[in-house]
This record gives sequence, structure tokens and C-alpha cells, in this order.
Amino acid sequence: MNPETSALKESERLMTICNACRYCESFCAVFPAMERRRTFSSGDLTHLANLCHGCQGCYTSCQYAPPHEFAVNVPRAFAALRVQTYADYAWPESFGRVFKRNGVAVSLAMALGLGLVLLLTFGLREPSVIFGTYAGAGAFYRVIPYAAMVWPFGLVFAFAIFAMIMGGVRYWRATNRKSRAKLSARTILAGVWDVLTLKNLGGGGGGCNYPLESFSTARRTWHHFTFYGFMLCFAATSVATLYHHAFGWAAPYEFTSLPVLLGTAGGIGLLIGPVGLLWLKLKADPAPQLREMLGMDVAFLLLLFLVSFTGLALLALRETSAMGTLLAVHLGFVLALFATLPYGKMVHGVYRFLALVRDAGERKTT
Amino acid sequence: MADLSQPFDVLVIGAGNAALCAAITASQEGARVLIIEWAPREFRGGNSRHTRNIRYAHAEATDYVTGPYSVDEYWEDLLRVTAGRTNEALARMVLEMSERVPEWMMRQGVRFQPPLTGTLGLARTNAFFFGGGKTMMNALFAKTEELGAEILYDAQVTGLEIEGGCCKSVSVSVDGETHRVSARAIVVASGGFEANIEWLKEGWGEAAENFLIRGTPYNTGGPLRILLDNGARPVSDADQCHAVPIDARSPKFDGGIATRVDCVIYSIVVNKNAVRFHDEGEDIWPKRYAIWGRLVARQPGQIAYAIIDAKSQGLFMPTIYPAIEADTIRELAEKLELDADVLGKTVKDFNAGVQPGEFDAAQPDGCHTQGVDPPKTNWARKLDTPPYYGYPLRPGITFTYLGVEVDETARVLFGARKKPADNIFAAGELMAGNILGQGYVGGLGLLIGNVFGRIAGEEAARRAAN
Repeated sequence: MNPETSALKESERLMTICNACRYCESFCAVFPAMERRRTFSSGDLTHLANLCHGCQGCYTSCQYAPPHEFAVNVPRAFAALRVQTYADYAWPESFGRVFKRNGVAVSLAMALGLGLVLLLTFGLREPSVIFGTYAGAGAFYRVIPYAAMVWPFGLVFAFAIFAMIMGGVRYWRATNRKSRAKLSARTILAGVWDVLTLKNLGGGGGGCNYPLESFSTARRTWHHFTFYGFMLCFAATSVATLYHHAFGWAAPYEFTSLPVLLGTAGGIGLLIGPVGLLWLKLKADPAPQLREMLGMDVAFLLLLFLVSFTGLALLALRETSAMGTLLAVHLGFVLALFATLPYGKMVHGVYRFLALVRDAGERKTT
Repeated sequence: MADLSQPFDVLVIGAGNAALCAAITASQEGARVLIIEWAPREFRGGNSRHTRNIRYAHAEATDYVTGPYSVDEYWEDLLRVTAGRTNEALARMVLEMSERVPEWMMRQGVRFQPPLTGTLGLARTNAFFFGGGKTMMNALFAKTEELGAEILYDAQVTGLEIEGGCCKSVSVSVDGETHRVSARAIVVASGGFEANIEWLKEGWGEAAENFLIRGTPYNTGGPLRILLDNGARPVSDADQCHAVPIDARSPKFDGGIATRVDCVIYSIVVNKNAVRFHDEGEDIWPKRYAIWGRLVARQPGQIAYAIIDAKSQGLFMPTIYPAIEADTIRELAEKLELDADVLGKTVKDFNAGVQPGEFDAAQPDGCHTQGVDPPKTNWARKLDTPPYYGYPLRPGITFTYLGVEVDETARVLFGARKKPADNIFAAGELMAGNILGQGYVGGLGLLIGNVFGRIAGEEAARRAAN
């Protein structure tokens, strides 16, 4: 398959220039991967675009950056190709369109809407229930019954995971048809390691040229807060699930319990990380950025922040009459986050990981 | 914008490697420095932003170079390429100081990388900049700004008021308005004149119209001309320039490294009359790279065509423009607008002369022709496997050598008696001809810029303080 869309054509044009120059080979995995090729199929270009972490090292160092007539702007061209990737490989296929409309307004409206539905469903039935004050085990479920919480969330979450896996499978099949990469435990571990360390956001040691021309590791730092914050929250939920089903201990749990400690630490990460990333985004030079990706980025970061914020507020005020409302609002945000996972910025993690695994495989082969 | 009505201690003309080395050093000596850069900020840094490595003497392999390179070996290399057209005292001073140059650069924030690919056989002798020349320059600019030197972009020097070897003021044109700026000392580091086609014609005649300029269009040699007109002593000649074969489809200016075509040694190269004119297989490509620009420049119409067949595709660095491809030599001739009969005969004669041998892409393999004029002495293989590929070549001018003579304090020398200027210093390309009168050693230009830039900056600051 030859490059046919404008995002693919532009990426192919740039990779042809870059491959004749090669000054950027120390920055990240993209350029050594480029050098393993002399021509670029659509699958190759999509792979390279998803391997790109957008650190902007190559843009800042480029003798051909605009306004040069070669107008080499790899971070922007690859961002455009990633947006296309996210839409092309979404599952089900027709949902790919959602990426074009996945802005801040949509995500927030969805979150608040879901919160409202929860409030109305259970609040209208008996207003005193929602504004009541509760304490002790099972307090949450007296406002919103356990089944009403677990079933929609479980189903939406399971669907999101399944849809993302399907997206990953479709991506891998389409971009790796003729790959030389060997898939093995070692290459998968290498990919995991690259994700955990964000080595490629290190610009070869000194950091990225993000948000501005000077080298900085700020983006990696804030991303770590976000990523590990998310993981800790996920761990908190997993432990709580175990508590509930294995031991029959109903939430809410003590402040010193494992789920609350994990969730609080993760929640703090999810407050700091997204704010840091948003702040960098505001300061960043717009030239190497893709405007079309901005809505998706901001929506995802805001959702993460608000999930955490409402979660921590619920923790703080869970013994007051605000608990019922906060619970509904928090659950609304969580549900909106889950629902948009496969159709928002979260999927960058799936494709980036697969690109890193493939890259590790190629490095091993050549 | 900087207040141009107040006198500066040191005024630096240009903003390439040499200029910033001068500005950084002068600032570190406590001087108030103004830098006048003609280019806009996006294109700042002269030709240094197209560079990639610096050659320096070192006793052993390091993280950045693969083996030792002594001052003596460096000197031998320089002597060989210049055929003695070098000022030995200045040259030896530069080479001896070279050992500590990367260390100095790293202190200013420049980073190096291990030699990877595309190093053109320079991995032992030259240290490569992390991210290339523009990243190196970005670091020097950041340092310059941190030290408080002021940089005026989009500002052109249009005149120097020189009396008895002393520069009284500098005329600077900004937004169509001319300012007279005074400084206690000036450092001229504004590069050569390779972007000035009219000046190139003084050395090359009308042929210069067909030259492509690999670097910045701002190197038109204005300040160099002013110095020469005021009696500064010239070094080297107007026709001395570094020229490499680049793709004829490249932009007129600023195409940089990516436009090079490295297939010559595996090809036959014909001129517009479809005949060969030089042994394509003399030596490994890094050693012939800078010869072929001048060879093409001497062909009619300043154009040539490198032709390979399918066997050789992929043996050299990928090119920025696609090869012109055809299934027969006749069809290729038509696509290249060459006489098909003549090209057919050229290829037939060449093929008939190819002697059997063991082809080795990596080193001179002795595969040669017999009874063909000119001969091909290595990598000679029959052109017989379609598709055939053609790359049109033109001379790509990298830099010029004609400059001003300087002494070991970087002072410009004036008149028959070689009187050192009072407060005019020169660094970089416009004085590199003192050391490199002809020929080329990769990575020496930046070294000269660094050493003389720093000397000029230090001496200028000292002159300003007195």
C-alpha cells in the first residue's frame, strides 16, 4: 500500500528528506528506525509516526524547519498521521469518526450528563436519600445501589478495554504485515520498559525541546505523574474489588486502608500531572504542534484531572450530606472517562506501546 | 531593539560559530557586546547551522571519536590538501589549541554524540554534534544570551568607517533605516561570499550562474568586500571554493547536506554531451567528494549525470530527490535529455572495457576498465541490469576561501607592510584562507572559527578595555 492520504504523503516527503540528512539520529527511536529503510510504505510511516513521542528535538535542531522551503516539521506531520491512525484503527470501525468530535465540550457534557442521570435516577426516587449523611461500610451503596454502580461501570470498562485491544490488533495487522520485527517476550519487555521510563522523551539524555527551544525534562516528569497516578488509581480500584468480593468488605474504607492510600497517592498524581501537561501545552511553541490534536489532548487531561478532583473531594466530604451528590458527579466523570477511552487520547498509549515493541524487535533483527 | 546610540565595547558582525565564539569570549571578559546578524532569527547561525562535526587533535579514543589523532597527523593532512598554501605558524597554533576545543564547547552547553551513520569516514578524527550544527548553534546562542550580549537580527552591515586601521563606526541597516553604531573594537565574522553570484563570476566567469549554493543566502561577502576595499590584505583566490556534486534539482540556496549525491564511485558520470570526463573510481568517496563539485563546474553547462544500474541502487546514502528511472539506456537518455546514440555508445564502450574482478562496495576493489578513456580504476561494473537510474548533478558551493590576512591575535593586516589593525579583528570563513589556502579537510572550518573566534573575542575585549 502506497501513501495516499495527505498525512501519509507529507510524512513520506519528510522521511525522504530526513533519510538523506540523518543529523537527528541521536534523539529518539524514530530516526534509527527510519535509517533501516530506504523507502516508506504506509505501514512504515504509521509505525514511525506512532513511535514519535513529539519531543520536538528534531524540529528544534532542523536546518530545514519552516520557513525553509523544505518546511520540515516532523512532530506536526507525525501528529497528523497519529490522529489518522486513531480514527482508522478504532473499533468498531464506524466509531473512528468520534475522534474528530472528541473535544473538551463533548467530554465534559458527557461526564456531567452521566452524573445528572445518576443523580436523577436515584435522587428523584427519594430526595432525602441523596442528601442524607451516611457512615460506615456500604454507605455509598445506600445512595447508589451496588448493582447500579458495578454493572454499567463493569460493562463500559470491559467494552473500552476490548475496543482498545481490537484497535491494537487492527493496528498491528495493518502496519506489520511485512515487518522484520520479531515478537518475543524480550521485545515486549523492552517495549514495556520504554513506556515505564519514557526513554524517548529524554531527547538522548538532556530532555526534549518542549515546551520551548531549550532542553527540558518537564514533559516526562508530568507524564510520569499522570501515568503512575492513573496506575495507582487503577490499583486502588483493583484492591477494593478484591476486598469486596474476596473478603466481603464493603466500601468506603478507612483512610489508612490500602485502597484509600493507593487512590489518594494516585489521585494526587492525577491532579499534578495533567495540570503540568496542560500548563506546558499552553506555553508551548504552536509551530510544531497540531491544532487538531489539541481538543483530544485537553479533553483527556481535563477528564483525568476532574476524575481525580471529584474523587478526592468525595473522600474528604464522604461523611457529610454532600456525599451523595459528589458520588454521582464522580461516577459521572469516571464513566465518561471509561466510555471515551477507546475514542480519545488514551489510545496513544496502545499504539505507542506496539510501535515500541516493534522497534525493539527491529533493533534485535538488524 | 538594542539602543544603538550608545557605544558598545565589542561589535560582532555575523552570528555563525566564529561570531558567537567571539561574542561569548568577549562577554566573559566583561565587554558589552552587540551582534549584528543579517538573517532573520529563523535562519540565524550562517552556514554553521548546516555543519555536523569538528576535527580536533586527541591522544586517544573517547566517547565521541574512535581513535587517536595527533597534532602531527593533523598537520600532515593539512599540508597535503593545501599543497603548502597555509600559514604554518597560524595553522600549528590552531591545531595545538584544537585539543581542548570540544571541552570548551561543552562548557558553553554544546553536546556531542557517538559517531553513528553518515560519518563519511570521519569517526576517528571528528567529533559529531548531538543533533547537528543547528543544535550546536542553539546552545551557543543560549549561552550568548545568558551572558547578556545583545543580538540584532535582520540587520545588515552596509559600511565600516576605517581610518588608519581603526574602525570608528559601523553602518547598520535595520528596517530600511541606517544607524551609525560605534564600538571600541569590531570582530568581522560574517562568512564568505559564496551566495554572491556576481563575485563568484570574478573567479569562474559565467559558469557561476549555474552553481547552486548549499548554504545561507546571506553570505554575500559585504563586510569582506569593505575590508578589502579599505586595504586589508587578501588571502587565497576568488576561484577557490569548496564544491561538491549535488542534485541539480536542489534549491538555489540553503539545500545543505541533504542534497548531496553519493553514488559517483559506483556510476559512470557523463556531461551534457553524454560522454564521460573523469575517472569515477579514483578513491573512496569521502576523499573524492570535494573534487567532483569542481569537475562538474568545468563541464559545459555546469551539469553532469551520474548513471547506475539496478546492481548499485542502495549502496549509497538515500537521496532527497528520486532517481530518474528507465528500463533501457535509450529511454534514460531521453528522460535526461541526452543524445541517446552518444549515451548508448558511451555505455557500450564502457561495458566493453570493464575487466572481470571481485566487486567490493566498501573499499577500492581494483575492478577497472581497459581501453576506455578516461579509465575507471575501481568499482567498474557493466551497466547491464535494468532499471537504470540517473541523477543530474550540479556543483554545490559550500564555502569560499578568499579572505583577509590576519596575525595570531586575529587582527586584520593592512597594506603592503602588513600593518595590524588597531581594533579590527576577523574570525571564521573570511579568514580561514590563511590556514586553508586551497583543498579541504572536513571539520577544520569550524575549528578555525572556534579558535580564531575566541582569540578575536578576547583580543577585542582587551582592546576595548584600554
